[in-house]
Amino acid sequence: MTDELPALLTEARTRITEAETLEQLRALDAELLGKRSRLATAKARLGSLEPEARREAGRGLNEARQEVERELAERRQALEALARGTRLEAERLDLTEIVPRRRRGHLHLVTQARDRLEDVFIGMGFTVADGPEAETDWYNFGALNFPPGHPARNMYDTLYLEVGEPETVLLRTHTSPTQIRVMEAGEPPIYSVMPGRCYRQDTADASHLPNFHQIEGLVVDRGITFGDLAGTLDTFTSAYFGPGITTRLRPSYFPFTEPSAEFDITCTFCKGDGCASCGRTGWLELGGCGMVHPNVFASVGYDPEAWSGFAFGFGIDRMTAQRSGVADLRDLVTNDIRFLEQF
Amino acid sequence: MRVPLSWLRDFAPLDHPVEVLVATLDDLGLAVESVERVGEGLDGVVVARVLEVGPIPKADRIRRVVVDAGGAEPVQVVCGAWNFGVGDLVPLAVVGAVLPGDFAIAARRMKGVDSHGMLCAADELGLPGDHDGILVLPDGLTPGTPFAEATGITSDVVVDLEVNPNRPDAMSVAGVARDLAGRLGVPFAVPEPKVAAAGAGAEAATVVVEADDLCGRFLGTVLGGITVGPSPAWVARRLTLAGMRPINNVVDASNYVMLELGNPNHAYDLAQLGGRGLVVRRAEAGESLVTLDGIERSLTPDDLLICDAERRPVGIAGIMGGASSEIGPGTTEVLLEAAWFSSLAVSRSSRRLKLRTEASARFEKGVDWAALDIATARFCELLGVAPSAPPVDVRGDLPDRHPVPLRVARVNALLGTALDEAEVVAHLGAIGFDSTPAGDGVVDVVVPTWRPDSTTEIDLVEEVARIHGYGAIERTVPTSSQTGGLTPYQRDRRLVRQLLAGFGASEAWSTTFLSVEAIERAGLDPAGAVVVTNPLVADESRLRPSLLPGLVAAVAHNAARRQRGVHLFEVGKVFARPAPGAPLPVEREVAAVAVAGADAAAAVDAWQVLVEGLVLDDPRIEATPAPGLHPTRTGRLVVGGTAVGLLGEVDPDVLATHGIDERVAWLEVDLEVLLALPHGPGRYVPVSRFPSSDIDLAFEVPEEVPAGEVARTLRAGHDLVVGVQLFDVYRGDQVAPGHRSLAFTVRLQAQDRTLRDEDAATVRQRLVAAVERTHAARLRG
Repeated sequence: MTDELPALLTEARTRITEAETLEQLRALDAELLGKRSRLATAKARLGSLEPEARREAGRGLNEARQEVERELAERRQALEALARGTRLEAERLDLTEIVPRRRRGHLHLVTQARDRLEDVFIGMGFTVADGPEAETDWYNFGALNFPPGHPARNMYDTLYLEVGEPETVLLRTHTSPTQIRVMEAGEPPIYSVMPGRCYRQDTADASHLPNFHQIEGLVVDRGITFGDLAGTLDTFTSAYFGPGITTRLRPSYFPFTEPSAEFDITCTFCKGDGCASCGRTGWLELGGCGMVHPNVFASVGYDPEAWSGFAFGFGIDRMTAQRSGVADLRDLVTNDIRFLEQF
Repeated sequence: MRVPLSWLRDFAPLDHPVEVLVATLDDLGLAVESVERVGEGLDGVVVARVLEVGPIPKADRIRRVVVDAGGAEPVQVVCGAWNFGVGDLVPLAVVGAVLPGDFAIAARRMKGVDSHGMLCAADELGLPGDHDGILVLPDGLTPGTPFAEATGITSDVVVDLEVNPNRPDAMSVAGVARDLAGRLGVPFAVPEPKVAAAGAGAEAATVVVEADDLCGRFLGTVLGGITVGPSPAWVARRLTLAGMRPINNVVDASNYVMLELGNPNHAYDLAQLGGRGLVVRRAEAGESLVTLDGIERSLTPDDLLICDAERRPVGIAGIMGGASSEIGPGTTEVLLEAAWFSSLAVSRSSRRLKLRTEASARFEKGVDWAALDIATARFCELLGVAPSAPPVDVRGDLPDRHPVPLRVARVNALLGTALDEAEVVAHLGAIGFDSTPAGDGVVDVVVPTWRPDSTTEIDLVEEVARIHGYGAIERTVPTSSQTGGLTPYQRDRRLVRQLLAGFGASEAWSTTFLSVEAIERAGLDPAGAVVVTNPLVADESRLRPSLLPGLVAAVAHNAARRQRGVHLFEVGKVFARPAPGAPLPVEREVAAVAVAGADAAAAVDAWQVLVEGLVLDDPRIEATPAPGLHPTRTGRLVVGGTAVGLLGEVDPDVLATHGIDERVAWLEVDLEVLLALPHGPGRYVPVSRFPSSDIDLAFEVPEEVPAGEVARTLRAGHDLVVGVQLFDVYRGDQVAPGHRSLAFTVRLQAQDRTLRDEDAATVRQRLVAAVERTHAARLRG
């Protein structure tokens, strides 16, 4: 009986190899190993042998059976892999044929700049305050130490609104009125930035817009000094514009601060070496700043002997446009999708 | 303010390198806008006389010119200008000369003719003038003389300064020199003009000041024996460099004094003044005057007039003289006005008349009333005449001058410095502020008359800082004792922007200003819009009452450029006239979305993004028409019973007037109202561990009942309902007229058990009853 095994195994191997589908293989499995298979019937006949011969023949049959099982499993694996390959090949996709259905929208360049500016100051312990864009003369000028008829009012090309008495309600010319509102709303210490839209009677051109965005900062606390102002601006500029970008303060005049200063930053294009963007000076003009004027404290009822503070402000649009290479500010408000989607 | 550095050196030895002077000016707050070098590159330019001019064969633009340049041999050049002839004196740049702009002159050969140099136009020499032709020089110069020597042109540097409104003193060359000298530590002095004593030969003029509140001082001086003619070259040159055109010696002297000392003054032709004198009075209503620029100005009692003794106006005080008494070629006797007018009065008139002059710019900021005498003397010196009668000096209201107490400790507390009293006194003294110790670390400071801006302690602190140098103050960083951060509203506003960007819309920035027409074209009523009193253009005469006009215009802009289907959003303020009694316009912050090429469904999508992103509770859409929006495809957004915005499509008529040929979905939300409502995730509801089951329900519902309301009824119909989804809408023969079929999948789930068939049957029964009862609907079989 065991003599037949080599031939049986050879035949089984051939047939297993020839099986081309899992279906055929399943049938073959039953035929080779099932109850009526030659291996099964051979096993059934073992009982008629002598114990010694039975052990011998039993081992031979077992080995043959294991061999067939192994061969079947191997073939099954191969056929399964083949079938999976065929199935998945039929699903092949050219991923570049796919047109994305919806693009993500883009935040406006100025919004992105404003958010980042806010975040830098938040990191320095500042809060963010909003204020109305239509303001009374008092908040925009009077409380900021511009008495009526003050020549410095001419520095602002104010747009007035037909509300109330003539020239009492206006579009804020700067974000500074929010300083007054923040101080009125509470007691020091104040560490706050105030971004927002401002207005001037100006013809729109490459470097001017009649509505534009500023950010204003106000710090009021005990013992605040001009040195604190300069140091705070340095901290901000290196955080926002990058290491090595520092500030230079030059005396200037604003009615609501004294001493007042213009502040320049190291030219971000040439890092101070001098280039076309900075007029070869190595500096870019950014904004104005100064120590809060005692008259401003007086108009909100703060004691200027007990508290001191500084304020600073600068335009967001021009600075941002320049950094992004937008040569004409009007591009910011045209809302051409080809502009908006670049940021 | 254009300041030639050579002029500054009349007052102080400012022989520092130009870079040092420029940096110091910047650091003093006299911002240098530009630095211009003039009269350089003139080495190798000589005076030459044209000897011969001849044609060059086959050349019709250039000619051969032979000049005498003072050498043994004549010089031949080729020249393309035609504005001179034989005998004229012209500048010749010889071979080897390097003209301004690094333009090197070399020998050349053109059309076979050798050219040994170049005849120069004014601009080629860096001089004021044009490129129209060669600069023809006055007769009497010797050929071969260096050009600079012959014309008196020396090299100079002109700095253009931006002077702040609080620095009237820096509107003068002397004032700038004083600041520089103070900072650089060199002596400063205004030289005493050399003028002969006043004669008594002429009859004195009269000066009557009626408005002594507006005219604080008036110094009138009669000068006879005047011969009107050109100014000396050096005066003309300085005026030119400072940006003023030389006119004649009298007018030039007046301008020179103003530029040098900062005192505007005016010379009247005495012969043209009725009554040999002046009256300073307010204008009468309806009065008018023709000013020097030939324009008739109508005046009001706010304007201060200079009149002749017969009360006829001859000038607007501090702004501009009248045409009638202008200095002319025949003028022989002048009356010089040196005066101090109230800055408020000049500023008011200048603004109302829209007439800003060199004089008004100075008076507005405040001039030095104590300098009128030296200004008058300097005028006399420049003209080389003495007063022919004693000056008349009339005083009115002048600024009070009291010493200002300054606490040294206060200086240090505000600046963060550690200056001692001597240093503070020295800084102030360097620019003419004299201090007297008053004890206890206080000094009394006398503010000089040329600094009317400086009246309080804080003004003095600024002066100390300025002279000390802002850059010399140690930089420190204060520590905020509070925690930084955004308010919940500000955080949510950022979230709304992010959500809308995630929805696929890009953020627009449309202008706040609109024309009446633009508002109407968007289908809105301009009547409630806030009016801008003084817009530059009609396009900017109203504040936007809505974001609709701006965003529709933006869609149109893109559509016109073959950019269809744009998705835009904007977050910004809109305005309406104030509520009764309110001082300010109503100002609302609105978020709006415009989706081109999409119907209202896109707006519902965008709204759903906000509903889910902000986690809004109980959102509803109630059909209602709204201005500018599609009458039958618009709904009001209601959250928890509060109206928060609108949703739908833009009105087809509005789209048509904008040339937009695709639908535009529209969503607008009043952010302040919306974000004031409860929103955001609530307490966690555990996800049930038990299986859910679905039941489908189709109802025949009258058309006027919104599907959303049926869904709400289903959602509220039983505690086991965890989801309601509309999956089919059918209109047609199978339903009654005026009705449609709405089919919903309702998902049921319990927290504590697996639902049994009986549970589903009970719920189903309850839901059907509720819908049929509430909405006049009928379950379909």
